[in-house]
Amino acid sequence: MLHIDEELNRLREKLLEMWDLVDYQLTSGRDAVMNADHELADQIIKLERKVNNYDIKIDRMCENFFALYTPVAVDLRTVLAMLKINTNLERIGDTAEGMAHFVKKLDRPFDPELVELTNMMVMYDQALAMFRECRVALVKDDTKLAKDVIKLDKALNKIYRKSDVIITKYLQANPDRIPEALALLSIIKKLERVGDQVTNMAEEIIFYREAKVVKHKRKKKKKED
Amino acid sequence: MTKKHNKLEATNLDAFYGDFHALKNINVAMEEKAVTAFIGPSGCGKSTFLRTLNRMNDYIDGFRIQGQILLDDRDIYASNVRVDELRKEVGMVFQKPNPFPKTIFENVVYGLRIQGIKDKKVLQEACETSLRQTALWEEVKDKLDKSALALSGGQQQRLCIARALAISPSVILMDEPTSALDPISTAKIEDLIHELKQHYTIIIVTHNMQQAGRVSDHTAFFYMGELVEYAKTKTMFTSPKNERTQNYITGRFG
Repeated sequence: MLHIDEELNRLREKLLEMWDLVDYQLTSGRDAVMNADHELADQIIKLERKVNNYDIKIDRMCENFFALYTPVAVDLRTVLAMLKINTNLERIGDTAEGMAHFVKKLDRPFDPELVELTNMMVMYDQALAMFRECRVALVKDDTKLAKDVIKLDKALNKIYRKSDVIITKYLQANPDRIPEALALLSIIKKLERVGDQVTNMAEEIIFYREAKVVKHKRKKKKKED
Repeated sequence: MTKKHNKLEATNLDAFYGDFHALKNINVAMEEKAVTAFIGPSGCGKSTFLRTLNRMNDYIDGFRIQGQILLDDRDIYASNVRVDELRKEVGMVFQKPNPFPKTIFENVVYGLRIQGIKDKKVLQEACETSLRQTALWEEVKDKLDKSALALSGGQQQRLCIARALAISPSVILMDEPTSALDPISTAKIEDLIHELKQHYTIIIVTHNMQQAGRVSDHTAFFYMGELVEYAKTKTMFTSPKNERTQNYITGRFG
């Protein structure tokens, strides 16, 4: 194997290790949200330091790669993509940490009726599925799968857009549950962010494999419609 | 933006060394006052192509071409073209600095002397202008009567460029002009290329990918006598269309 490929593989492996850490944060976050589990929330918050260390390490590896290998063409696009995927992964980690902080404010699990009405858990599962599929797309260099991941974000946005109205109605009927409903709305907002961040990562996979820029394209199309 | 004029243009160009088919149906147009880089592995035909542009290959036994090379829309292989006139128009700088064993001054004005110019003042002015253009004037102005062979390699190469400029060409061909130089001298030559392209059309053959990236506006990739890909340098080094180009520039050849 070429030396440059060995370096790229090391970079990719490091990124996947970080991906697994963030996966753990998101997956535990689901249980923590469901059960108002403070202990689990603490673990998620604690993991953030480890994720940050990966972020710094990967940034450094990319910097060294640029300096020592002066990559071009597909190599250049790969490192650029790794750098951006790293940033997005770190942010997803932050988002999971943010949700954990909301969990810590809960003294009991969310009202099942509210969870059902807002489709929050459906949204959570969808976000998790996107996150995991995106990892497979990266491992297999599968741009078709990356494109499918981007499409999944629509469902998340749909749930997010409806949540305001649903929660307003719920609050009118249950004025004693304001803090709880607001926390849930915040978590929905965070999940919407996770969808966007996974979308960014999927776009980077398409960029480095196909040399095509897909980000910001859909917005333009929407304007034309 | 108006499109720049094509200074040089090869159409359906084939070149042969005896039976060996060195260039296969090359079609390429090189923009005026821009830098075009030729890259490719050894033996790919890039230097052969460069040398067809001022008919340097004419002296090689068994060498012949088919097709056309146009300089300002005139066929340089037409029977009425005088090769010495062509070389005045299309100068050349080689891989290894090759100053003559003469003084610095005589090196620079060599071409002018051959043209029969004897006026000392004209020669002195041409010498200074050329040496200033190659950023060598300040370094050598007090030793113009010293041997050019006493200069460093980098200075010798800039002297060779000054010698090429002295006869006022419009095109300069450079065949790996920095491959024998240290990084500082290389950087100076690259800066120089950047300056010179305001007034000259420059074609450069280089094995240094980063150099092609830094100095050229367009890059042509040759492989086994074929022009595989020709595009803006930025495009070539970020998203080449052809897989062979990608493999070559990323060092994954063969």
